[in-house]
Amino acid sequence: MAVAWEEQRASRIIERHRGTEGALLPMLHDLQDEFGHVPDAALPMLAQALNLSRAEVHGVVTFYHDFRREPAGRHVLKLCRAEACQSVGADALHDRLLQRLGLDWGATTPDDRLTVEATYCLGLCACGPAALMDGRVVGRLDDEGLDDLVREAR
Amino acid sequence: MARIYVPRDAAALAVGAEKVVAAIQAEARRRSLAVEIVRTGSRGLFWLETMIEVATPSGRIAYGPVKAADVPSLFDAGLLIGAAHPLRVGLPDDIPFLKRQTRLTFARCGIVDPLSLDDYRAHGGYRGLQRALSLGGPAIIDEVTRSGLRGRGGAGFPTGIKWKTVADTPADRKYIVCNADEGDSGTFADRMIMEGDPFVLIEGMTIAGIAVGATKGYIYIRSEYPDSIKVMRRAIEIARDDGALGPDINGSGHDFDLEVRVGAGAYVCGEETALLESLEGKRGVVRAKPPLPAHKGLFGRPTVINNLISLASVPIVMSEGAQAYADLGLGRSRGTMPIQLAGNIRHGGLFEAAFGLTLGEIVDDIGGGTITGRAVRAVQCGGPLGAYFPRALFHTPYDYEAFAAADGLIGHGGIVVFDDSVDMARQARFAMEFCAIESCGKCTPCRIGSTRGAEVLDKVMAGERREANVALVEDLCNTMKFGSLCALGGFTPYPVLSAIRHFPEDFGRAPLGAAAE
Repeated sequence: MAVAWEEQRASRIIERHRGTEGALLPMLHDLQDEFGHVPDAALPMLAQALNLSRAEVHGVVTFYHDFRREPAGRHVLKLCRAEACQSVGADALHDRLLQRLGLDWGATTPDDRLTVEATYCLGLCACGPAALMDGRVVGRLDDEGLDDLVREAR
Repeated sequence: MARIYVPRDAAALAVGAEKVVAAIQAEARRRSLAVEIVRTGSRGLFWLETMIEVATPSGRIAYGPVKAADVPSLFDAGLLIGAAHPLRVGLPDDIPFLKRQTRLTFARCGIVDPLSLDDYRAHGGYRGLQRALSLGGPAIIDEVTRSGLRGRGGAGFPTGIKWKTVADTPADRKYIVCNADEGDSGTFADRMIMEGDPFVLIEGMTIAGIAVGATKGYIYIRSEYPDSIKVMRRAIEIARDDGALGPDINGSGHDFDLEVRVGAGAYVCGEETALLESLEGKRGVVRAKPPLPAHKGLFGRPTVINNLISLASVPIVMSEGAQAYADLGLGRSRGTMPIQLAGNIRHGGLFEAAFGLTLGEIVDDIGGGTITGRAVRAVQCGGPLGAYFPRALFHTPYDYEAFAAADGLIGHGGIVVFDDSVDMARQARFAMEFCAIESCGKCTPCRIGSTRGAEVLDKVMAGERREANVALVEDLCNTMKFGSLCALGGFTPYPVLSAIRHFPEDFGRAPLGAAAE
């Protein structure tokens, strides 16, 4: 569970990786694991620790799809939109789910319980349509299966 | 005590393996039976997952696909002695899908406990390293070169030559980097090794380190593989505790250690130079070559960067000898390739075989056609940057050169099957859209071309000046193919142009005549 921003915690995370080769990505991952996103306040701290400009750190954070600038909903459902899942009807399945939830890709339900995101391949290409629910793999999804996941979140 | 093997591969977890384990435990308790559950990787027969196996005097007997609800009836039937049941599939090695394979790289996958070094050693593990240690650097490289092993990531560059370049480049330190950023849709071979036989990768990278004089290695795993990350990290700890990694590995006088690094959702980081940038903590932007990574790679040092399957194939090459490996295959494609059957296919999974089967044999005979029961219309080979093949090209032999000659690529070995409901214009548009989403932005043909390509294909799909717009897409593809820095922009034209060429009716052109191809 993500915790609220605390500068002390962030310093400890950054400190843990000091001296590591190419430390920025491991730091960003751990910050996001801790706080649920990469808070803006962490950027100058990272820049100072790694002797980078804030622009360079900003550039890295914004380059990678995984890093969030804002917190997500309490649960995150990542749906695979790549070809192998397309071939077993994922597109239509996703459209129906987003319509039922009244959401667009990347959006969060008004009660902040669920964020639905696109991902491109989970390596479950012979058991699609596939998804990751809070890091847990789910395969052979249909409408009922997706609804079960949504109910789990709400 | 009865022993039951249950996979912990993500493909099994995704269809309820944990629930099956819980049900077996509950059922055994209820019946006061002692049952030991051993978690393994997957055999790669995904239509049978969750496939459980019970140890019997006549060998392991498999049952699948098992759901938690099937467990009571399996016990009733006599699961623990391998008795008959509608889900019983018998000895795994007798299943035609497995029987037809030549499992070298995947020899242990699905059989051993992935986190038991004893199991690994009992099944032939570390024999390759032992022989490598007796040979020494130059002879190891010579052996890998003579085996004919080529990069299994897609480019097909000879592995031994890459290693020799690094070995011959003097430096204060060198690196071994494993590219486990397996982003191609339709592929899961790297994932299966990491979750099913992680020590084979550790052994392969250790051999590479000794061969070129590197003492540090990184495994760059995509964040979309949370289970692989966990297993791989644990396997490294176990190897370190055993002395198989770290200083003076198992008393050999060689130091070698490994670290897992996690990607962050950028497909382009599967491109080797972008991966190196990402490992350095930067944006995953492609580097211009030269310099080659073998000369100036990670942190400017000579670096062996290989696909996971290439590295995981090295132990078997070393233990069995170069000739045994090179004896398999076709033309300049030597050894075996883990073919990954995916998408709308009845028998999806991992099929490791010597190069040379035809595409039709793979899709129709081995894969059994589509899961929907409709006709196969197109198969995309080699991931999102690979060409779509029509049935008319099903005679193409599966090897690097034959696929290149058919304007395609085998890539990392993925094959995604589509039935006759597929709209190829939509697939072509997706290829452009995907390139636009994932472009690193460094070169213009890829960054701008992909967005313009998607826009023009939208017009084609809307029926707007179709012929002129299709011609425009073809022209744009030409620019992207020859003007892009890396394979993302350079190969996106493969799916687009193959869709237009083989399925012209989906783009408003006349269908190919019966005489064509």
